[in-house]
Amino acid sequence: MAMDRREFLKIAGLSALVGMGGKAGFELLAPGAVEAALKDVPLAAGKKWGMALDVSLLDEGVMDACIEACHIHNNVPYIGNPKEEIKWIWKETYDHAFPGQENEYLAETFKEKHFLLLCNHCTNPPCCRVCPTKATWKREDGIVMMDMHRCIGCRFCMAACPYGARSFNWGDPRKAPKELNPGFPTNTEFPTRSMGVVEKCTFCAERLAKGQYPACVEAAAKVKANALIFGDLDDPKSEVRTALGKRYSIRRKPELGTGPNIFYMI
Amino acid sequence: MLDKALKGSPTYWGWVVILLGLIGAGFGFYLYQFSEGLKITGMSRDVSWGFYIGQLTYFVGVAASGVMVVLPYYLHDYKAFGRITILGEFLAVASIVMCGLFVMVDLGNLPRMLNIILYPNPSSILFWDMIVLNVYMLLNLVIGWNVLSAEKKGVPYPGWVKVLIYISIPWAFSIHTVTAFLYAGIPGRHYWLTAIMAARFLASAFASGPALLILLCLIVRKVTRFDPGKEQIHTLGSIVTYAMILNVFFFSLELFTAFYSQIPGHMHSIVYLFAGLDGHSKLVPWMWTAAFFAFVALLLLIIPATRRKTDVLALACVCVIIATWIDKGFGLVIGGFVPNPFDRVFEYWPTFPEIMISVGVWATGFFVLTILYKVAASVKEEVAA
Amino acid sequence: MYDGGKIITGLVIGVGLLLFPVFYNAGKASKAPEAVLTEKAKAAQQCVEPISFMKTEHMKMLDEWRQSVVRDDQRYYKSSGGKVYYKGLQTTCMDCHSNKSKFCDQCHDYMGVDPYCWECHIEPKENQ
Repeated sequence: MAMDRREFLKIAGLSALVGMGGKAGFELLAPGAVEAALKDVPLAAGKKWGMALDVSLLDEGVMDACIEACHIHNNVPYIGNPKEEIKWIWKETYDHAFPGQENEYLAETFKEKHFLLLCNHCTNPPCCRVCPTKATWKREDGIVMMDMHRCIGCRFCMAACPYGARSFNWGDPRKAPKELNPGFPTNTEFPTRSMGVVEKCTFCAERLAKGQYPACVEAAAKVKANALIFGDLDDPKSEVRTALGKRYSIRRKPELGTGPNIFYMI
Repeated sequence: MLDKALKGSPTYWGWVVILLGLIGAGFGFYLYQFSEGLKITGMSRDVSWGFYIGQLTYFVGVAASGVMVVLPYYLHDYKAFGRITILGEFLAVASIVMCGLFVMVDLGNLPRMLNIILYPNPSSILFWDMIVLNVYMLLNLVIGWNVLSAEKKGVPYPGWVKVLIYISIPWAFSIHTVTAFLYAGIPGRHYWLTAIMAARFLASAFASGPALLILLCLIVRKVTRFDPGKEQIHTLGSIVTYAMILNVFFFSLELFTAFYSQIPGHMHSIVYLFAGLDGHSKLVPWMWTAAFFAFVALLLLIIPATRRKTDVLALACVCVIIATWIDKGFGLVIGGFVPNPFDRVFEYWPTFPEIMISVGVWATGFFVLTILYKVAASVKEEVAA
Repeated sequence: MYDGGKIITGLVIGVGLLLFPVFYNAGKASKAPEAVLTEKAKAAQQCVEPISFMKTEHMKMLDEWRQSVVRDDQRYYKSSGGKVYYKGLQTTCMDCHSNKSKFCDQCHDYMGVDPYCWECHIEPKENQ
């Protein structure tokens, strides 16, 4: 039985590979419970969620209420500096909300006005294209969702988003300054995030699953009716489609082909 | 052959110990970053990639440059380069090691790193970048090791190595094209959204990589008894010359498109880098330094009288490395993020811990390079004897 | 043995380092874990699944839950007993097992397991 050292090493190496890879391969390829559950139809099936903002109705009070409700419901911490801040929904002036639509002679009311910005849940989202782990992906109901369990914190999605809608947890959100975050976490029914993952607006997917409106929409409705109109863009009879059919609306950077689904009715 | 790295002069061991010390320091700072988070770097919500990714980009370029030695030798029978293909291949290995480490220290959640393999997304360029970079490193390691090993034994290398070599040639072009695609397909970042990004990357890679290789050859000539050869070094010099000309030319093409079209999105990043925007001008002195060194490099490289003097060539290579390093390792990434999607300027500057971690990564790369080059030079010395 | 002195010394140091945890803990026995159920948990009589299943499979079940909830929007679980539960670590599991330090941590600490769920998911407030 003449076998030289080289031959032995080749066989040993191959056996090790098969031994290690075999079990993993079996588990990866074997059907799991997750696949079996896919046969159920989710609650939001057949919908294309979008939102129309009535700019004429959105004053500081309404916008502040929306931002607060969102950040309270989703345990978004206030970091206190623009370098590390986390924001899911925020205010911007016209020039900065719609760069590329600059207008020197814009009416004064619009120059000073704030607009409410959030993730556009684009129809053709570049962030989902670039995510190496599909930690962010576009659901069938239109929501661009975040999977905090899977995110590796590479921040490619942040580079890809043309709207600056995404925030990163540069540090541990639970270590955010206590003076800025009394009572944190503000919602014990919902998790916080950990250090090192990207986060953004998820259209309150867990609330939608229970038949509730996103936190910002609910908060706005309490202050001013119809300021934020949320609904199914695929249903021509929905509130949001009716509103969009009546008023002129603009979107942020539509020329990029991302197909944003947040409409600003002027 | 690895045992050859264990026998060396006191200078060699001194250098290795210094590198190990720097690696240790870098690792210590990395542990600090691991526990506190990436907030200890200069990156921010608006400039979410910084020094680490810039360095990744630069060293992919250096790695790709190995092909500039391999291609003439294997495809065009330029026998002289046979002496130094191993140096190019080993430089590629060390560079990719640095690239991989820069990605790892940049990740927010490193323990989940394998998710990119467990849950791959083929539409993501990062996925393909990971594949091509790792395969390229393995290719160069296997090819280099086998060719060197055969040379040591005085026999021709096995035929399957030739197959790998032929694969590695287009693969080298692919690694830097894929890395360029990381940037060139991003809709919101106008500094990056240009078709010529891949061409610019390749040109600057083929300037910076061989420039570094020339300097390494001169060092090898000085500290070992292996002389890479005057002809080899000067042919590399010609390659650096043409690549640098193309690199600067491609950049000026960008300048034309931006400033002739007068489109703000195209102009703003370049204005920020070279003149400052909204009162922010941290990078301006750096970019003009890069421009100056590029100009000096071109001058010294294009004039045959200066290029043919090895000392001056070495100086020109240093200038090339400085210019390309600033442009690609720093200006490129920051320029893409400034101004931000809201047309605001938020500046970035690496912090001290960030730089120390980078020093640790560089030291690791140069450690790998030192070991591999020691092995290569020792074998070459032995064969020549 | 060639270089025998160095080899033996190296072996002694290496094996010593390897076995250090055994020597360090010699003679000390850890207390067996005692998981305490809350009143609410006792009243429920059974967890989502039978205890024997939960003991061995709760980690896998939670992993499947988090995948299906976040990625597939499947938020409800039909147990083998027919009852439907809302899949939520914070909202369902910890609702009954709100005494984490006397329940979950008991076995986890004993086994040296530190699940990172709690980096994000909020632990129930326990009255100390």
